[in-house]
Formats: sequence, C-alpha cells, structure tokens
Amino acid sequence: TCLSGTSKNACQSEQHLGQYYTVPASHFHTVFPHGLPPRYQQQVKTFNEGCVMVRQPALELISHLKRADYINPTLRYLLYGVKGSGKTMSLCHAVHYCSTQGWLVLHIPDAHLWVKNCKELLPSSYHASRFDQPIQASNWLRNFRTTNEHFLSKIKLRQRYVWTKRESTEEGRPLGELVDMGVSRVKSSSDVVGAVLKELRLQAGGTEGGFRLAVAVDGVNGLWGRTTLKKEDKSPVAPEELTLVHNLRKMINNDWCGGAVIATLSQTGSLYAPSSAYLPQELLGEEGFDSMDPFIPVPVSLYSEKEFESCYLYYLDRHWLQHPHSQTEEGKKELIFLSNRNPSVLERLCAFL
Amino acid sequence: MKCSNIVTQMQMLLLSTYFLFSPERRTANMAASGGRTVGSFLWKCGNCCFNFNTVSSNLTRQVLSRQLCVSAVLHRKNLAAAGPEKFSEEFIKKQVEEFNIGKRHLANMMGEDPETFTQGDINRSIAYLFPSGLFDKKAKPLMKDTFTKALAVEKHQDRLRGKDLFTQDAKQISLVGSRWLLKEELEELLVETISEHDYARFIQLMERLLSLPYCSVEEDFVQRYRRQLEIQSSKQQVQPLQYDQHGVAYSTGDGRRKTAMGTVLLRDSGSGSISINGTNYVHYFPVLQDREQLMFPLHFMEVLGRFDMQCSVSGGGHSSQAGALRLAISRAMLSFLSEGQVETMRQAGLLTPDPRIKERKKPGQEGARRKFTWKKR
Repeated sequence: TCLSGTSKNACQSEQHLGQYYTVPASHFHTVFPHGLPPRYQQQVKTFNEGCVMVRQPALELISHLKRADYINPTLRYLLYGVKGSGKTMSLCHAVHYCSTQGWLVLHIPDAHLWVKNCKELLPSSYHASRFDQPIQASNWLRNFRTTNEHFLSKIKLRQRYVWTKRESTEEGRPLGELVDMGVSRVKSSSDVVGAVLKELRLQAGGTEGGFRLAVAVDGVNGLWGRTTLKKEDKSPVAPEELTLVHNLRKMINNDWCGGAVIATLSQTGSLYAPSSAYLPQELLGEEGFDSMDPFIPVPVSLYSEKEFESCYLYYLDRHWLQHPHSQTEEGKKELIFLSNRNPSVLERLCAFL
Repeated sequence: MKCSNIVTQMQMLLLSTYFLFSPERRTANMAASGGRTVGSFLWKCGNCCFNFNTVSSNLTRQVLSRQLCVSAVLHRKNLAAAGPEKFSEEFIKKQVEEFNIGKRHLANMMGEDPETFTQGDINRSIAYLFPSGLFDKKAKPLMKDTFTKALAVEKHQDRLRGKDLFTQDAKQISLVGSRWLLKEELEELLVETISEHDYARFIQLMERLLSLPYCSVEEDFVQRYRRQLEIQSSKQQVQPLQYDQHGVAYSTGDGRRKTAMGTVLLRDSGSGSISINGTNYVHYFPVLQDREQLMFPLHFMEVLGRFDMQCSVSGGGHSSQAGALRLAISRAMLSFLSEGQVETMRQAGLLTPDPRIKERKKPGQEGARRKFTWKKR
C-alpha cells in the first residue's frame, strides 16, 4: 500500500488515498527551496528520497484547482487544522502539483518570518511611513528565482520602475532582470518584491502568454496579527507598516484573476496566540477574517486508520523503526495511543525508536 | 523458719559444702589412686552419714600420718597459713558435729525427715537452693527441639539412602502464602524473652531444616512456627459496572498524586480516544512521559483500543496530573477485570497511591534538605 508508482500528480485520484508518491529528486531543489517543514527535510535527507502521502485535503485542493475557471476572481483556499496534522505538507503537495502543471508559484514559506526576529528595519524609500526588511526580501527573491527560472525570461515588465536616481528598470525588460537587481541591491529589495508582485498580478490572467499564478502562503495568520518588531522609539510596529506585508496583502485580495491563493494557518510560529487555537476565526482575528472572506476552508485532520497504517508500513519499509517490539501488533497499538494518530507526533516518536 | 536462722544455717551449710564437695571430688579423683584426702579424715570424726564405707579404718592411720606430715610440710612452707591446716582431733569432731547439725537444718528446710536424709538428698537440695552453672542459660543446649528435629530428618534420609529409596524430588512443604513467626509472636509462644541474635539463629536453623529434601517429615513442627499471609487484594473494593442508556458499560475512578486530583469516566466499546478537561490528550500532555503514564494501565492489561475516556484533572503540575490520572484509570478499570487481573494490577503497583509529597522546609535551612551556604568566617 505504501508506494504508488505514479509520480504524476495529475493522475492521482481517490484510489491513491493513503499511498505515498515519490517526488523526483530534481524537483526538490527547484520547487521547494524553502517551503518544506524542517523535520521533513531531515527525513528526506535520511531516506535519500522524498515521499509524500496522498491525503484527502491535498486531493480536494487539487481537484478544486483543476475544476476552477480562471476568468472569475481568484478563489482562496484556507487549510486549517490541529497543530501537526499536516497542513504545510498538504500545501507543498499542492504547490508541487501546480509547478508540474506549469504554473508560476509564489511560495511564501512562513509569513511569520516577516513579522518577527528582524534585525534590520529600514525606513522605506518609496513610502515614508513604511519599513523595509532587506534581508528577508532578498532571501525570498533568491528562492523565487530558483523556483521559477523558466518564467523569468518570459515575463516582460509593463511599467518603468525607478529605484534611485541612477537606477531604473525600463519597460519591456524581463522579470529576471528585476529579480536579479533586487537580489544584488539589498537596500531596495523590498520594493522590488512589491514590484514583482504587482507585475504578476497584472499579468496573471492575461490571454497573451498567460500563465496561472499560484500564491501559496504558509502561516497566513501572521499577516494580520501583531508583530514583535519595534521602532526606534520602542513603539510597536503594526503589520501594515511593513512593505512586504502590505504588498502581500494586496496579493491575497481577490481583485485579480487567473490564479489561486492557497493559505495555511499556523499556530506554531504565530505570535500572541494560544496554543490550543486552530480555527480560522481565532487565528486570523477580525481583520484577517474579513479580508480573507470569502474563502474555501479545507480542514486537515489527523491520520485516519488507513493513513496511519500506510505511514507505519512506510517507516517499517524504510527500516526506520528499529525496535523489535514496534513491529508487533502491540507496538502498533502503543504507537497509535501515544501519538493519537497525529502525524508530527508520530514522526517524533518514531525518530528514536 | 526465720530469715536469720536460714542465713546462719546457710553460712554453716556453705562451710559444710566446702567440706562436702571438696572431699567428694577428691575422693572420686584419688580413690583409684588410693590417695589420702583431707576429707577422709572426716570419716574418722565419727558418725557422718557419708557413704564412704569404702574408706576403711586402715586408711585412718595412714591418713593421720599423712595428715601429720602434710601439716608438717605445710608448716614448713607457709608459716602464715598455719591455722586451718592444723587439724586437731577436737576440731575435726566439732566440724563433723556442725555438719550434722547443718544437715538436720537442711532437712527441716526441705521439709524432709532429718533422720533419713541421705547424701543424694543433700545434693538435690543444694542444687535446688543454689542453682549452679549447669543450669545457667548459657550452659543450656541452644534450640534443642529444632536441632533434634533436623537430626531426625537427616536420620530418616540416611535410612532411606540405605534402602536405596532416596529421591531428590520428595514432597516439599508448601511455604507459599505463609511467613515465619515474628520475634514478638515467638516470644509469646515460648513465654520467654528472646534476643535478636537468638531469633536470627532460630530462623537460620529452620531454614536449614527446610533445605533438607525430606523435611516434609517434620511438616507439623515447621507449620507450628509459620503464619498465613492474608491476601491483600481482597481488601480492595471493586465497584460494580454501571450501564448507561445505550447499554454501554462505564465506570468512574478517581486518583490523587501530590495535590493533583483527577477523575476518569471509562466507557467500554470505544475507540481509544481520550479527552482531558475537554481537550485532546496529545495537546494537554505534550510531553511523551505523561502520555506513557496514561498508557501504562491499559497497556498492562492489553486493552489499549477498547476504552473511551473522559478525564478531568486539576491541581499540581503536569507529572503529578499524569500520575493522578493513571491511578484513576486503574481504579476505574477494576470493575471490568477479573480477580486474578486485579491481583496482578495490585502487584504491579498500579493501585497504590504514591505517598510522596513535598517535604517541609525546616527553619535554619534553605530548603527541606539544603543548608545555607557555609561560610568559614
């Protein structure tokens, strides 16, 4: 039951529920430079291959993506669930599908990274009251470049951008040049990000050389909460005052067409949220909920019996469970009890067995 | 008889015993060699009831001569000790008379006839009045009973060996469920005080007796010194199962550990889901150790996926809450289990409440055990 031969996401259907499919090694670096959960990355490194389980939420997402028409304003999907139930993994699954289908993927690994632990806050050159985050922006641009190599030369700018007195990017230049400039000129990287997003928004639904745009945001509730950043006079910074956040919010608004927005809620990185909260209302807050509304909620649950079975067999197959007792029925029952079929808990448990 | 009389008579008897015993011993020692003893001169002194009829008159002269030369020798050696050694005839006569008077007094004391008071009677009465070292506790044979029993068993074994009927697997005494008598109980049984050392020796000897293969011969003797142990689990109160509307069996249990109190509602035919205070147990107890504590009673009885649990817990920290819930789960499970399983649970320690609590802080110390930093000056 564990490994299905199909690496083609398009062919995956409900028959494959619970089975693992292998992501080709070449895709890992291109599609997921920054998106995967760190523990999963370690697992990939250990097993020398990346296997993702086909689960119900991901399949649902993919089927929606297949059927939706892209003339209408973008649909927004929100993955929510208990901590450790596999939201990020489902998101990555969907992103992989999108990239294999040839979409342009805008994957923001964790929006919380932009609202906390920022060492440098520059006042924005573009807008006086806003703040820039050069490091985060340049990192993201670099990853974006690795993800969407082939698009960068195809998309042409429709507007002229002036960065400083001497630097400017002309109309008609490829997007790649813009991105390169953002990576090299760290100071204006946040504005570059804003520009990139705007361009993509404009061009996504276009008929000539049109492409589908997938915006995948992990931890979207970070965009509307509070930040831990402080201005120089020790007053807290609101998320709107950050350029990156501001631009991203504009992306998530459904005033453009030709793509989809897939978002996950995340409690792990969220600030000032109780650990038991996992529902959209609690984590998004009033403001966030209003801006995300309307959206399609996709609940991610814990492993079902079949899924647990397949995960267990996968670990056995890879000789991950070394303890002889874990191979018995009783050991399996113990694992079920101790982890309560929570994927991350199970993974942590098996790590030292 | 008045006390003073007894005392004086005792004093006289003391004197006379000196004369009685020493001659007796010496006669015994030297009769073979035909030695003359100092005491045999007493015979010369007349009508004593000594049964020394063997010593004949022919000894008398020798004794006298001997005695004379003895006294001469003594006189030469030790001028200071001249007094008692010079035994003149009147002295001897007087001593004999005193001895006889003492003997009559002794007979009166013992309530016997003075006329027919033999030497054997004298011996017995003196032994009665002055207990000698032979009857001292230290001179008694230690645990004679037990030792004789052990010897008897060994004798039996040897007999069997002689008849070639000796087998290693003879019927053994069943010692399960009984214990040796405690020291207090043994003292009660034997109506005498026993020291710890003696008690230890007693147990040692009994164990040695039991180590012999044929100890079943002396089973009754051994069982007299053993007491049955009561089965502890019979003291456990097992509540009967309760059934709710849909016919599903459920039971409750509560447990406490170190200021944490927990209650559990255990429902049968469930799927193994547990909710604590309304939340999932994986979120309530993120630590693996606490979840393992919850798992232990179910895993021990191998009923992991059978029950549904609704728990509520308050107080204490996460470890003590987990311990309290574990006790509560084991208690709730009792009504679903059979007697033998209850006993195994009890032996596993699942049903014993943990008595450890926070130790009191003492004055003059920083904590319960930690003292203040010691400064030399």
